[in-house]
Amino acid sequence: MSDRIADIEALRQRQNFAAERMRAQPTQVLVCAGTGCLAGGSLRIYERLIELCRERGLQVQVSLREHVDHPDIGVKKSGCNGFCELGPLVRIDPQGWLYTKVRPEDCEEIVSQSIVKGELIERLIYENNPAYAAQYDIPFYAKQTRVVLRDCGHINAEDIEEYLALGGYGAFADALGMRGEEICKIVGDAGLRGRGGGGYPTGRKWEQVRAQREPIRYVVCNGDEGDPGAFMDRSIMEGNPHCVIEGMLIAGRAVGAQKGYIYVRAEYPLAVERLHNAVDQARAYGLLGADILGSGFDFDIVINQGAGAFVCGEGSAMTASIEGNRGMPRVKPPRTVEAGLFGKLTVLNNVETFATVPLIVRNGAQWFASIGTQTSPGTKAFALTGNVRNTGLIEVPMGTTLREVVFDIGGGIKDGHDFKAVQIGGPSGGCLTKEHLDMPLDFDSLKKAGAMIGSGGLVVMDEHTCMVEVARFFMNFTQNESCGKCVPCREGTKRMLEVLEKIVSGNGELSDLDMLLELADTISQTALCGLGKTAAGPVVSTLKYFRDEYLAHVVDKKCPTHVCTKLKRIYIDADRCKGCSKCARQCPVLAISGVIKQPFRIDPDKCIKCGACLTACPFGAIGEE
Amino acid sequence: MREKDCAVVDRILTAHNCDATNLIAIMQEIQAHFRYLSQESMEYIAAKLGISCAKVYSVATFYENFSLSPKGKYVFRVCDGTACHVRKSTAVLNALRGELGLVYDSNTTDDLLFTIETVSCLGACGLAPVLTVNDVVYPAMTPEKVKELVRELKEREHV
Repeated sequence: MSDRIADIEALRQRQNFAAERMRAQPTQVLVCAGTGCLAGGSLRIYERLIELCRERGLQVQVSLREHVDHPDIGVKKSGCNGFCELGPLVRIDPQGWLYTKVRPEDCEEIVSQSIVKGELIERLIYENNPAYAAQYDIPFYAKQTRVVLRDCGHINAEDIEEYLALGGYGAFADALGMRGEEICKIVGDAGLRGRGGGGYPTGRKWEQVRAQREPIRYVVCNGDEGDPGAFMDRSIMEGNPHCVIEGMLIAGRAVGAQKGYIYVRAEYPLAVERLHNAVDQARAYGLLGADILGSGFDFDIVINQGAGAFVCGEGSAMTASIEGNRGMPRVKPPRTVEAGLFGKLTVLNNVETFATVPLIVRNGAQWFASIGTQTSPGTKAFALTGNVRNTGLIEVPMGTTLREVVFDIGGGIKDGHDFKAVQIGGPSGGCLTKEHLDMPLDFDSLKKAGAMIGSGGLVVMDEHTCMVEVARFFMNFTQNESCGKCVPCREGTKRMLEVLEKIVSGNGELSDLDMLLELADTISQTALCGLGKTAAGPVVSTLKYFRDEYLAHVVDKKCPTHVCTKLKRIYIDADRCKGCSKCARQCPVLAISGVIKQPFRIDPDKCIKCGACLTACPFGAIGEE
Repeated sequence: MREKDCAVVDRILTAHNCDATNLIAIMQEIQAHFRYLSQESMEYIAAKLGISCAKVYSVATFYENFSLSPKGKYVFRVCDGTACHVRKSTAVLNALRGELGLVYDSNTTDDLLFTIETVSCLGACGLAPVLTVNDVVYPAMTPEKVKELVRELKEREHV
């Protein structure tokens, strides 16, 4: 039998067929195979579970493509569940139990207890608390609204049949029956705004391309998620690649494009592999290629792998890179919708945006608009990382407050420390502080607070984080990634980095703070592209909310959090020192000297502040300030 | 270039229809095979694609992933993204450099076994700090774990 699906009717049949096969599995075990859990060894768990089930004579179905007479169990690799901190994760359906931190040694018990007898293994559930046996009862999940990410952890990302079983490609089939402007209108009415950070209305962008006369159009998917601290696009591409393809197909249909490109950053090898696999399957099923579903609509997708340049996340740099050039942005206008890839009309959206589109077409604009806030409808995925208890990938309605995200879902600050700030939007964004905890997270309120959603990275920082050092870190990043085309970004970020380095080394002057703001102002007004225009964001916002920390570095020559090594001073408390010489023996630069049984001393000129003596002292006599 | 190497490059070029817009993908595959882009290989593809050597060189030097000097058999990529940075990735990097005996600005060991690179984010922030060795992810690294990892890899190579 050819895999090719001839028309829409056949697609419905195949969806039903796949759904029935899925329903025929009385039990399903999903082993998370996202990057996080794979690193924790989830593949070994997956293989071991299959092996153990087979040893017990159970009929195991690993793919819906294979025919199994009476399957006892479906064992599959799912996409990222988002709770990476507690991986490897194993989910048991229909109960919906989520086992955390599973090790290969646990597989025997999972099979004998949970699979065969249907009994819960308490020690494997979250906090060993039976109240949290089911995945969606865990506070981390209970407070989320997983719409776009929902299927990520529920289906086998490498099997198109599983996507079909959940009605996959049905939205595209619906779109085939609509005119381009109707599709643009639905997306527009839903109020979907670009998830890559800019927040430009997607429907309007599509309509701008559709309405032009030029016949050749392209659809480009931006999977160059370069913001440090963001990984929602990676999880979607790895966990549910078909929804991205379906979203691009709908876009292609809406604007009349025949070719799509997915640009994935080089650091995501698994995403590239899964996308290739998904595109191949879609082609074999006749969902990509010529005359899709007998509609006369042609569309195919090419996957481009980036080569390590952050700036390629910018639209015109990305199209230059796909064309095989240096990925440098160009002056706009003309905008990408008018002269994008190969100089043609181009719809360029981010992964999460495309992944959201099939849901809108399937459930209607009204449904989408009813979630979130008036001006920012829908949900948004955030990568919650840093000094927070539950790190991972979350999805909440737009307008959810920072407090709910950090404390309810994130479980608060790690190790009982205090909340200090959240860095949002990566190197283009800014900081939010305690005063913003009750602010709703949406495009407009964040902009007002001097931050931006960016691609959705939320890095939580506790009171031990030095905000000046954070600003320096981001400036170092931007300066490294500046493509060098325009002077304000190339030279300006360099000067800002120099000033920040001066400050963290204790050589800063008060005038430096004004210099930073002046440079920030100039760069943001004159840089060529978004990367440059927003480069100063982290500096401006830390200066605004943590000016006292800058002043401590500049005036008192102290780092209040003891992070900046050059401002640190390590000293020996003469009253406590017993003169054992242990510290002196540990010191790598021989900066400590003294006479046995008398207090030792540290030569501040020699000391490199490595802290070896601090941990060596048995009497707690060494301190830092 | 040796004849054998030309055949490899030719195969890669043919797979990409000798199309200059695929330059980046072509160079990625060449680098995956030879572990770097040699001057000869860049000159060779420039001629075959009908573009200037300067163009090939300009693209090769723009992207961080391309290396014009040989890389080690094991490439460590230490993540220094925000999440890893606030969870002390610098200590991990320093421990790795120390363990491999890399000084100043050298990033590859003399025996061409190990290369260290830093990346801005591997997108595995939930596991911070992370590093990868030839694309295999190692989560929640510490200086101690780094030492252990290097020891394992060296044993594998009987160094």
